[in-house]
Amino acid sequence: MREITYEQASKEAIQEEFRRNPRTVHMSTDLAADLQQEFGADRIRVTPIAENSFVGASIGLAGSGFRTVSNIRMATFGFVALDQMMNHAAKITYMFGGQAKFPILYRMTVGAGYSGAAEHSISPYSMYMNVPGLKILLPTTPYDVKGLLKTALRDNNPVVSFEPFLLGNMKGPVPEEEYFIPFGKASIRREGTDVTVIAFGRMVYEALGAAEDLAKEGMSLEVIDPRTLVPLDKEAIINSVKKTGRLVVIDEACQTCGAAAEIIALVASDGEAFKRMKLAPARVTGLDIPIPFSPPMEKFAIPDKGKLIEAVRKVMR
Amino acid sequence: MRLGKEESETTPYPGKAGSPLDLDKKTLIDLYTTMLMIRRFEERVAHEVYSGKVPGFVHSYIGQEAIATGVCKHLKIEDRIVSHHRGHGHCIAKGADMKRMMAEIYGKKTGYCKGKGGSMHIADFSIGMLGADGIVGAGLPIATGAAFAAQLEKKGTVAAVFFGDGACNEGEFHEALNLASIWKLPLLFVCENNGYGVNTAAEYAMGAKDITRMPEAYHIANKSIYGNDVELVYESAGAAISMLRKGEGPYFLECKTYRWHKHFLSEGLEDLRPREELETWKKNCPVAAFQKKLLDQKILAPAEAEAIDQKILAQVEQAHDFALSSPYPQPQDALDDVYSI
Repeated sequence: MREITYEQASKEAIQEEFRRNPRTVHMSTDLAADLQQEFGADRIRVTPIAENSFVGASIGLAGSGFRTVSNIRMATFGFVALDQMMNHAAKITYMFGGQAKFPILYRMTVGAGYSGAAEHSISPYSMYMNVPGLKILLPTTPYDVKGLLKTALRDNNPVVSFEPFLLGNMKGPVPEEEYFIPFGKASIRREGTDVTVIAFGRMVYEALGAAEDLAKEGMSLEVIDPRTLVPLDKEAIINSVKKTGRLVVIDEACQTCGAAAEIIALVASDGEAFKRMKLAPARVTGLDIPIPFSPPMEKFAIPDKGKLIEAVRKVMR
Repeated sequence: MRLGKEESETTPYPGKAGSPLDLDKKTLIDLYTTMLMIRRFEERVAHEVYSGKVPGFVHSYIGQEAIATGVCKHLKIEDRIVSHHRGHGHCIAKGADMKRMMAEIYGKKTGYCKGKGGSMHIADFSIGMLGADGIVGAGLPIATGAAFAAQLEKKGTVAAVFFGDGACNEGEFHEALNLASIWKLPLLFVCENNGYGVNTAAEYAMGAKDITRMPEAYHIANKSIYGNDVELVYESAGAAISMLRKGEGPYFLECKTYRWHKHFLSEGLEDLRPREELETWKKNCPVAAFQKKLLDQKILAPAEAEAIDQKILAQVEQAHDFALSSPYPQPQDALDDVYSI
């Protein structure tokens, strides 16, 4: 199978859907040159760096029968447009009694690990998970990003796609044929029997690395990538914990009220899964500090394979 | 400048009061009827709110009726509007059903939003009313999207957004003006300058002082008018909207007006505005002034005026009956519509 980058795969999803549906509009602060060349400057608009304006415009377009993609670039810039995303996009389907559909795709990068410092590195998806009305993606491979964005571009709701910054240039197999990945269906990246590791975003690769290393010691890790946070594949998570009896969650985001906390609460409040747990679950997360700039401090602030291995050893005692 | 006490004593009715009526009779009666419909609807809502029957916050449009009426009379069903928290007037002017509005205000299942929105969030997408919005200024970017849609559809349709002077101090206002300007969107900005954001005077809160200096800075054609004269609003909005339909947008229309009620209808809320200012503006009632002109110039006979009023009062009564007799949603209906299918 051919291999393309994460970024190319996501662009293909947009191209395919824009060819199919002329009532589609793309807005971004930087020029999406190939898209504009193919679809024209009317539909592929460069916007001023004024996030509330084009994030809000996407709502008005959607309410007028268009489907829109807004590339916000980084999740920290997304905060500028939180009024439009959280007060409006997320709520208006509901608030207006379901009388209109709002098919909107918001894309932004997340994560740390590139010395972007605090205002260009963050993983705020759990904040969005706390706002009903949005669907939330966290694609981790070129194959997944294409399939999930394709599904997003046929969904009739505001979808927020959080795309790990460091995965943009990562290559992976992507078929030429059209395909879709359903929301709410986790991917079991590696099957195992001793410990369930739920890994978010780029941490999937840290988890796979840990699983590889620990396999040499005879430990069998099951690595699950939820792929979409809303809806969340609760069944896959709970079933895996029922099987292994041990749970570690790895997430680059800060710990307090994070997605990792939600996963652990989910498992702990499932009677059957809880009964089968052999030891308390663990979470390996970013520290509760803004992301620091200097590489040694940044490395200290975010999780990695080594920190995960340490946590797995503890739940294996 | 704001029409204050001293000015009003020396300035006659500052609209087109003295000028001849150059609109046809049907248009004049239409304008009058819509204004009166908004007034009677709002009077009834206020009465019910103060009787303690309506839950939540209700922001009354009384005093500003000429603006929604004069603008929306030019709009077709395909033209889209975005409103604000004080949105009942825009709904009625755009052609919304008072029954479903009243039901929504009461939180009933038959309301426009099935009881999920209430007074502040009435929308009717089937008539191009894209919703009232409870966050000051937030409707402006949304309206740029509606205007962008109109631009892409290339059918000569337009969008209009209503907002107050308070919104002009929000960042979203400036972002929307800028976007509309650089993209030449067919968007009519209608600033209903009632002089206050809750109890804070625009004179204090707005550095620009003169609102039209802001669209001016963004190279947006603009005009400031006395907003209690429906003829003037109708004429100015008409000229602006024909420009928009030709692709010569956007346009910014400031309409100076005043709200008669407190920020929202509540016994507890303080009204810190000068009493005499309110009294002056009440004397310049947009509905009464226009009625007087129609009667004086014999466009409307007193009996006709009375018949129109009675008809409207009956419609409002029916709307109220409909709301009261409609069922509440079931508690578990709260779980529906979070997502579209």
